[in-house]
Amino acid sequence: MAAREKPVDVVLVGFGWTGAIMAQQLCDAGMNVLALERASARSTPVNWAPTFDQDELRYRWRDHLFQNVAYSTLTFRNNVGQQALPMRKLGAFLPGTGVGGAGIHWNGQIWRFLPTDFKTRSHNQQRYGAAAVADLTVQDWPVTYEDLEPYYAMFDKVCGVSGKAGNLRGAVQPGGNPFEGARSEDYPTPPLPMTYAPTLFAQAAESMGYHPFPHPAGNLSQPYTNPLGMQLGKCTFCGFCEKFGCGNYSKASPQTTIIPYVLQKSNFELRTDCDVLKVERTADGRQATGVTYVDSDGTEHFQPAQIVILTAFQLHNVHLMLLSGIGKPYDPKTGEGVVGKNYCYQTMGSVDVFFEDKLLNPFIGAGALASVIDDYNGDNFDHGGLGFIGGAYIAALVTGARPIEMTRVPDGVPKWGLKWKQAAAHYFLRNFSLSVHGSNYAQAGNYLDLDPTYRDHFGRPMLRMTFDFTPNDLKMSAYVTDKAADIARRMGASSVHPKPRKGPFDIVPYQTTHTIGGTMMGDNPTNSVVNRYSQSWDVPNLFVTGAGLFPQNAGYNPTGTLAALAYMTADAIKSRYIKAAGPLVQA
Amino acid sequence: MSAGRVARRSLAVIGILIVLLIIVVAGTWIWAMDYPREATIEPTPATLSILAGPIPDGPQAALLRRGRYLAVAGDCVSCHTRKGGAPFAGGLGLGTPFGLIYSPNITSDADTGIGNWTPDQFYRALTHGVDDEGHHLYPAFPYPWFTRVSRADSDAILAWLKTVPAVHYTAPGNRLPFPADIRLSLAAWNGMFFRPGRFIADPNRSPEWNRGAYFVNGLGHCGACHTPLNLVGAAERNRFLQGSNLNQWVAPDLTGNARTGLGRWSVDDIVEYLRTGRNAHANASGPMAEVVAYSTSLLTDSDLRAAAIYLKSLPASADTAAAAPDAAAMRRGAAIFSDACASCHLADGSGQPRLFPPLPGSAVAQQKDPAGLIHLILAGGRTAPTPTRPAPLAMPSFAWKLDDQETADVATYVRNAWGNRAAPVPESAAAHMRKALRLAAPLAIERNRAPNR
Repeated sequence: MAAREKPVDVVLVGFGWTGAIMAQQLCDAGMNVLALERASARSTPVNWAPTFDQDELRYRWRDHLFQNVAYSTLTFRNNVGQQALPMRKLGAFLPGTGVGGAGIHWNGQIWRFLPTDFKTRSHNQQRYGAAAVADLTVQDWPVTYEDLEPYYAMFDKVCGVSGKAGNLRGAVQPGGNPFEGARSEDYPTPPLPMTYAPTLFAQAAESMGYHPFPHPAGNLSQPYTNPLGMQLGKCTFCGFCEKFGCGNYSKASPQTTIIPYVLQKSNFELRTDCDVLKVERTADGRQATGVTYVDSDGTEHFQPAQIVILTAFQLHNVHLMLLSGIGKPYDPKTGEGVVGKNYCYQTMGSVDVFFEDKLLNPFIGAGALASVIDDYNGDNFDHGGLGFIGGAYIAALVTGARPIEMTRVPDGVPKWGLKWKQAAAHYFLRNFSLSVHGSNYAQAGNYLDLDPTYRDHFGRPMLRMTFDFTPNDLKMSAYVTDKAADIARRMGASSVHPKPRKGPFDIVPYQTTHTIGGTMMGDNPTNSVVNRYSQSWDVPNLFVTGAGLFPQNAGYNPTGTLAALAYMTADAIKSRYIKAAGPLVQA
Repeated sequence: MSAGRVARRSLAVIGILIVLLIIVVAGTWIWAMDYPREATIEPTPATLSILAGPIPDGPQAALLRRGRYLAVAGDCVSCHTRKGGAPFAGGLGLGTPFGLIYSPNITSDADTGIGNWTPDQFYRALTHGVDDEGHHLYPAFPYPWFTRVSRADSDAILAWLKTVPAVHYTAPGNRLPFPADIRLSLAAWNGMFFRPGRFIADPNRSPEWNRGAYFVNGLGHCGACHTPLNLVGAAERNRFLQGSNLNQWVAPDLTGNARTGLGRWSVDDIVEYLRTGRNAHANASGPMAEVVAYSTSLLTDSDLRAAAIYLKSLPASADTAAAAPDAAAMRRGAAIFSDACASCHLADGSGQPRLFPPLPGSAVAQQKDPAGLIHLILAGGRTAPTPTRPAPLAMPSFAWKLDDQETADVATYVRNAWGNRAAPVPESAAAHMRKALRLAAPLAIERNRAPNR
């Protein structure tokens, strides 16, 4: 029998980016908020002191900051014809664990989606005909770019994002991204200064008629104090953002932007090492009564709450919905059901670029230090006759030169031995890689459900992922990676090695942690799990945040958009739900 | 001279002689008892809501709000709360050169707190250092400063303290050697050093200045830390607010001295520091972080401004000559600085003001007594989190990376680079601090890979 805890207004399941956002927003509105985090408490000075080595073996290869697969994992297969097996080592994606979540070890790439990205089905259907989307289960979002713009701006200010606006209130700005949706304000801090490789890229791209601009960065160009009084420092370009914690307070993370602010509040409580097993409901199933969790002693607790918000990583939110039996699970055979549907990823291509005559010093890096073009993203270019929809940004991204992960040699060099050593030493300062960061569009066979065979140590079915790239994604990646290689050649590179994403999806090599979908939002209960306010259609006092809300993935990093959705949800709870609890959208 | 005064003076002299004798005889073990206090710089949300949460309207509301504000100004909670204990329930061990003195419970509990105290008793304790039963209090309780507090303010503080939730708790007995453990010896101490008195406004100064003086020298008791103490723990009046050593920290000079004091700080700089725990010159860490977190960050800007105006009127302390540092020590210190310090404080020491303090011109770096700087290098420090600036900024400990000579060298470098000037730091000072803070020697693995060794 679970011990019954003191009731709270709001319980948050997971304390990463969206948990921190929800805690701040709802505490400031006077609600009593409890956050349950499955792993440990972490803070910048304690866990990432600058006296610690940024040890690549410890952090990158031995998964120091990532989800522990010995404790929690999932099973994977490419298609329904295969037997899914449990992942015993992280690979393609690296979910976080502990306070701050993956917001600790991310790169700090903070993007907004294009206005047309919110209308993936109707826009493409209208421009390219019904056949363009026929093989896909993409759908329109129930929100528009304009709806989200104030919340995007809010997150920009919380993070102090460094960048250059390309569209201010409709007026295109030189030096920014001319394709972006209209911004109400410029970035809070100016763009990062560019190092050599992004500078060469920008020159080449501009000479080819493209529109290069500085990558929007959560690694700050100058000291900044956000509206909560949290302070961020200027980035020192140490080159250890992605897969590492930042000890210089320079990378926007829940710890550097929000968490210490809410920890001061008497109406906030954080309980760490508390793993939520299930959302509990009333006998009729129409209301959540709270959650059951297990503490580090293995003791079960029931935590009553007026509102339950799933603020864990996308995969865990989907898993909890399925384990709690909330919403109808998706069935790929019938196409019915919504929970687990439209699981999507990100289609990542790259181009390795080598020079003989230029020293690029790639160890001067930052997670979002890049010059980018967006000319081939979303529907920024004419897809007529190309046979695919969607696109990718092309970024000359210099995140650092971590010696194990980022020692590149040209194709054809042996994988080991003297020749490899000579090439590695010769090219270490003479290479970089262009990132081709592409959209990933939903299709009927890609989904998440409960594994019928494998169970976790609580005896619950594991989450099962069934996923492969679609022909649409692969055609897109081939096309845009080719364009990226052309720019690399224009830069005067001695050798250029395009690496478009090839199928089938391989879960072993790292690609990106942008797993999305499965609790998607929509305009009615038959096509979605939650409404436009991230509120469950079935259980109106249950809300879900995160990238699981996305019906499909755009060609951008998801954090900016999922944060904006969290702010929009918080706003709806504060301004409407607490005055009249119930569905915020009538089904 | 009346017979009574002669008798009192004689008693005082005898008392002092005994105290001095004890200090000489028992010197080593008494000092060994002196270890840092256990408080935390980060008020819990529950403590913050007692100190700053709303006080409901009612007939007493104005008095209680005033009383609480004054109790916050006096920073009562910092000393009267033990680590993990209820606010104001006492039990914190205060390390003094004479031994450990435990703060008493001042919650409204009738048995173990001050629930039954009368306003007269409270006023006498606050301003004369005598408790409800007529026992002398140790001057670790800053009555030599609180003696200037007005009767009305004293009454308001007591009225509010009586609303603090009662906690039944008695602090442990003090750990003091003979004869300091005999409270009557304090009569002698008082006779020698304590000047009871009330605050007398200076008509030639502005009301703001006077308000600042009342705060700084009264409830604020800034001098309790920032004025040097003599051998028996009394403030040296001729070195008023010129900085003092304090449990392995240094309470810096607060006079107008441009190197060691507030000479380069504007009134606004001082207000920002007390309000937020950080400004363009320095971040509050160590004991001052507590003062900011529990007290000054919760005071009004107008009172902080008054304090700043008063402090800015203090004449500069004398600038003392400092021996030039050894060139080899400076070279070694520069190399260590580049490796260990520059990622935050930047290569030219300019830092990132309000995040990582700039070092050129830094008063903390240039104090006559380098203890504060050595403490920060060896043990690290944490900037006070405040309601307006909650970031938990911290400097990490370097004790596990730098040995005593390296610590001394980098401290010498910081004290003399970029136009700074202060006496070089000997290896022995770093060794002494490492021992006093009970920090281990650097890790062998770190030593083995250090270059040039």
